[in-house]
Amino acid sequence: MTVAAAFFYLFSCVCVASAFMVIASRNPVHSVLFLILAFVNAAGLFILMGAEFLAMILVVVYVGAVAVLFLFVVMMLDVDFAELRQGFLQYLPVGALVGVIFLIELVLVVGSFVIDPALVKTPIAAIPPASEMSNTAALGHVLYTRYLYFFQASGLVLLVAMIGAIVLTLRHKPGVKRQDVARQVARTRDTAIEVRKVPFREGV
Amino acid sequence: MEWLTTVAIILGKSLLLLVALLVFIAYILYADRKIWAAVQLRRGPNVVGPWGLLQSFADLLKFVLKEPVIPAGANKGLFLLAPLVTCVLALASWAVIPVADGWAIADINVGILYILAISSLGVYGILMGGWASNSKYPFLGALRSAAQMVSYEVSIGFVIITVLLCVGSLNLTEIVRAQETRGLATLLGVPWLTVLNWYWLPLFPMFVIFFISALAETNRPPFDLPEAESELVAGFMVEYSSTPYLLFMLGEYVAIMTMCSLTTILFLGGWTAPVALPPFTWIPGVVWFVVKVCFVFFMFAMVKAMVPRYRYDQLMRLGWKVFLPISLAAVIVVAAVLQVTGWAPAS
Repeated sequence: MTVAAAFFYLFSCVCVASAFMVIASRNPVHSVLFLILAFVNAAGLFILMGAEFLAMILVVVYVGAVAVLFLFVVMMLDVDFAELRQGFLQYLPVGALVGVIFLIELVLVVGSFVIDPALVKTPIAAIPPASEMSNTAALGHVLYTRYLYFFQASGLVLLVAMIGAIVLTLRHKPGVKRQDVARQVARTRDTAIEVRKVPFREGV
Repeated sequence: MEWLTTVAIILGKSLLLLVALLVFIAYILYADRKIWAAVQLRRGPNVVGPWGLLQSFADLLKFVLKEPVIPAGANKGLFLLAPLVTCVLALASWAVIPVADGWAIADINVGILYILAISSLGVYGILMGGWASNSKYPFLGALRSAAQMVSYEVSIGFVIITVLLCVGSLNLTEIVRAQETRGLATLLGVPWLTVLNWYWLPLFPMFVIFFISALAETNRPPFDLPEAESELVAGFMVEYSSTPYLLFMLGEYVAIMTMCSLTTILFLGGWTAPVALPPFTWIPGVVWFVVKVCFVFFMFAMVKAMVPRYRYDQLMRLGWKVFLPISLAAVIVVAAVLQVTGWAPAS
C-alpha cells in the first residue's frame, strides 16, 4: 500500500505541476511537452485505480497521436515572443472577464449537479469484480451491447470530421508528377525501348 | 518491510534483463555490420579482438570518451533530454516481454497495448531532438520521421488486432500459450507439430505487413528517411555527438530488438519449440526465443543490405494506400472467419 500511495502522490503532484506549467511556460513547445507530461501522469493515475486499459488508450491516442500532431504544428509556428508580450495589459481586462464568467458558470453547473432520481432507480449493468474479468473485457461487454448505438454514432461523427478535413485540404493541382506503380510495372520491353538505326556522323 | 523486498526483486530482475539485453545488442550490432559486409563482399569489423568481436565495446568507449558538443543556438535542456527519452522509452517496453514462460518482469493484462503505447512515445525523442537542435536538417528529419512513425503505427495496430482476435487476450504470455496449444496443427490432427500452430502461417499476409511496418517504425533501411544521409546529412542526429549520439543509437537498436521479439511473440510462437517432441522440448524456452529473435534480426539485416532506400512519397503511399486498406480488410475477414467457423476463442 505504501508504494501505491507514494506513486499516487508522485503522479498527482507532477500532473498538477505540469498542468500549471502548460499555461505558465513562455515557449509554446515547452507548453505542449508539459501537456504530454500531464497526460502520461494521468495515465499513471488510471493504472493506480486499476483501469489499465483506459491508461494505455490514453497514452496511445492522446500522447502517441493527438499530441504528436499538436507538437508538429506548434513547432512549425514562428512565434515572436516580444510581440506576444506587448499587448498583455491591453488584453488583461477582457481575459479576466472571460475567466470570471467561466468560473461563475462552472460553480453554477457543479453546484446544481444532481443525479436524476428516476435514473438511480433503474437497474444498471453490474460491474464485474476485477478478479473475474479484466477491465478490457468488461468495457467491451458494455460498449458492444448496451451502448452499441452510441459507440457507432461516435464513430460516424469522427468519420464525418475526417472527411471534412480531407475535403478542406484536397486540391488537384495541374502539372504535378505522380507515380503510377501499376503503369510502371505494366511496362514491357516493347513499350519502353525503341531501337533506331542511327546514320553514321548524322545523329538521330 | 514486505514491499521493500518486492521492490528489490523487481530491481534485480530489471538489472539482469538490462545487462543481458545490452550485451546482446552489442553483438547484434556486430552481426548487423558483419552481415552487411558479407553481402557487399567486404570483411566488416575484424580488428578489435578476435574476429572483431570486441568492436562494439571499443565503439562504446570511443563515444563515451569524446566531448559532447552542444550547439550555441540549441535549447540545452531539450537537446540533452531527447536522447535520454529515446533510450529510456525503448528500454521500458522490455518490462513486459516474456523471454520464456513466466520470465517477464511485469506480466500485465494489457501487455501488447503497453508496448504499442511505449513505442508510440518513441517519436518524441526524435521530434524533441530535431527541434532542440535549432538547425534545418535535424528539423526536416524530425518532421519526416514523426509522420513516418505515426503512419506505420496505424497498420501495426491493425495487424496486432488480427492476432488478438485469434488469441482473445491482450496478455503477451497468453498470446504465446494460445499458439502452443491451439491453432492450425491442432485442427489438422498433428498437435505435436507446433510450428504449424504459430500464426505466421494462417496470418501470413499480416506477418509480412508487420515485418515491413516494423522496419519503418524503427527507421531501418529501406525506410531510414529520418536520417537519410544522402539528403539530410544524418537527419535529427546531425548536431549530436558522443554520449547523446550513443543513446540515440542504442535506443534505435533496443527498439529494433523489441520489434524482433514482438514479431517472435505474435507470429513465431515465442518460447515454444517448433516440434513438441523430446529432443526439441529439452532445449529451454529462452534459447528458442533468442534463436527466433536472431532469425528475425537476420531478416532485418538482409533487407538493410539488399533493398535501396524508398523515396518519401513512396513510403507514405505504401503505408496509407497499401498496408492500411489491406490490414483493415484483414481484421474484418479474420473476425468473420473466426465467427463463422466457431474457432473464436471463448471469452
